[in-house]
Amino acid sequence: MATPIAAVWNWIDERMPTLGEEYRKHMSEYYAPKNFNFWYYFGAMSMLVLVIQIASGIFLTMNYKPDAALAFGSVEYIMRDVPGGWIIRYIHSTGASMFFIVVYLHMFRALLYGSYKKPRELVWIFGVIIYLCLMAEAFFGYLLPWGQMSYWGAQVIVNLFSSVPFIGPDLSVLIRGDYVVSDATLNRFFALHVIAVPLVLIGLVAAHILALHDVGSNNPDGIEIKKNKDANGRPLDGIPFHPYYTVKDAAGAVIFLAVFSAILFFVPEMGGYFLEYNNFIPADPLKTPPHIAPVWYFTPYYSILRAVPPLFNSQFPGVMAMGLATMILFLLPWLDRDPVKSIRYRGGYFKTALAIFVVTFLILGYLGTEPTNVWGQFGAWMGNADRATVAARVFTVLYFAFFILMPWYTALDKSKPVPDRVTM
Amino acid sequence: MKKLLIALVFAPFAALVAAPAALGSEAGYRLDHAPIDSKDVVSLQAGARTFANYCMNCHGAQFVRYNRLGDIGLTEAQIKDNLLFAGEKVGDTMKSALSVKDGKAWFGVAPPDLSVIARSRGGDWLYTYLRTFYRDPNTASGWNNAVFPNVGMPHALWTLQGERALEVVSEKEGGHETHEYKWSQISEGRQSATQYDATVRDLVNYLVWMGEPSANARRKIGVVVLYFLGVLFVLAYAMKREFWKDVH
Repeated sequence: MATPIAAVWNWIDERMPTLGEEYRKHMSEYYAPKNFNFWYYFGAMSMLVLVIQIASGIFLTMNYKPDAALAFGSVEYIMRDVPGGWIIRYIHSTGASMFFIVVYLHMFRALLYGSYKKPRELVWIFGVIIYLCLMAEAFFGYLLPWGQMSYWGAQVIVNLFSSVPFIGPDLSVLIRGDYVVSDATLNRFFALHVIAVPLVLIGLVAAHILALHDVGSNNPDGIEIKKNKDANGRPLDGIPFHPYYTVKDAAGAVIFLAVFSAILFFVPEMGGYFLEYNNFIPADPLKTPPHIAPVWYFTPYYSILRAVPPLFNSQFPGVMAMGLATMILFLLPWLDRDPVKSIRYRGGYFKTALAIFVVTFLILGYLGTEPTNVWGQFGAWMGNADRATVAARVFTVLYFAFFILMPWYTALDKSKPVPDRVTM
Repeated sequence: MKKLLIALVFAPFAALVAAPAALGSEAGYRLDHAPIDSKDVVSLQAGARTFANYCMNCHGAQFVRYNRLGDIGLTEAQIKDNLLFAGEKVGDTMKSALSVKDGKAWFGVAPPDLSVIARSRGGDWLYTYLRTFYRDPNTASGWNNAVFPNVGMPHALWTLQGERALEVVSEKEGGHETHEYKWSQISEGRQSATQYDATVRDLVNYLVWMGEPSANARRKIGVVVLYFLGVLFVLAYAMKREFWKDVH
């Protein structure tokens, strides 16, 4: 006599065997390398944050009003009068920044262990598209509280599109639905934020995981575990994703949620980086704030935008550089010519380049949060140029150099021999 | 190498924690630390009274309901007797009697709503700002402010603090300009300097509370949540160990 649960399961399995097949393919018989380390938590954590954002977003939508006259007030209504509203709102605002933190760490993992390389190019490409969608999602969402930074941040970014030659001005009107950021803009950004982009995101996450499960996961040694199989065709260095990695990720998720909660309950503004102080002033189209800075996760690209000098009075070169800085990520699998995947067995050139790249990204990120005069000016010998602007230019060059020079330094690198089996 | 990488990745969080508080003073005037305490109910109630008596003639707090003041220990009867002057109901929000149009006409700029002013300015800014008004014959209102130069607002609490004058002595020293602020009392107010500081402290305490009335509850719940997650981690980690003991 089967247990009730087994009986229900058999009943379903007779009618829809696909369900069981997919469960085995992606969970109980998906063999993941047994040597995943700290860096391998962040994919699952990204999924967790996606779910958190969707769930908290649904509840926010129940009380938020996408109307230029009411939006700011409706957020305060959520914070004060909706039972538990402040918790939902802080979950969503903290979640937005945490999403980027885990995604940046997840992407860094790919750089460390060469997870973008053959045969995982498509996994990487879907990932980069997810990252771009996430930026769009964050940008649209940031307008919704209708504070000063919401308003002027959107104004600045949409104006970038007006610098595109020929079609620019029409394009920016098309995006805004008006000649300035207004109620029409708020309404369309709301639609894009709550339904259009999330739908695309969910589809892309599915594609990212399906593509991964076809080729199998990489690991900190950068060894293909499918090369060493036992008599039953199971990878010798693989363990079933469920239960091994579900229980491991569960423990990791608790730590992650503790960090998340520590921010949410004790420093929800995170010193003005997660919730900007200026955004507690209602949007005023007639009053430009003295210093407009995007939220921290955009600031490396914002630095690149500001660093590139205008050409023929047009900001277009800066906009192009900013666009290229993200688009160049797509080429990574073909720029890297070292057959060795993991940093553990790579030579000094790549290690050095990656270290410089990390520092570059962090400094560009920092500079993007500050006004360009934050480090004062050089003397007359440099034409009294802002020190921070000159620094941003140097680091912009370094950012691109990491990618553009990659075919050479990875080909010349002296890598170490890679073992046959994974190390724990 | 591994440790270095981890350190690099987490370096920005250290910077986040050390970030400066709120918007600084644009005028470069050094902000005083506001000695506020969100659990000091007596101070919060005194601040609420000052807010209703002195601020609400021109400023509103349109997202704050009067009966929310129950959170700082006021009963509905106390709210009605002490804070409702013009027939409002306790469930109403704190709207200002002054219209935006009149505000613009009288002060050049409509007095901002103060519901979340403490969240954009920060307590230290407000505490310093409300204590640094001085007489200035060159402005329309006859008042000026050391933290917010040429502010449209006259000194609403001047009957308490009295009138003061400010002399700024600027000194140039090797490219860096330093300012020395010399305050002098022109006429006495109803309160001594110490009493006035306490009045402003209470008012700022109230403004900070009003900016986020759920802040105390937030921190309380946060402690419980973190303890819960601590226990949950012990269980989750034990489960992981149990499952993984045969993986070598």
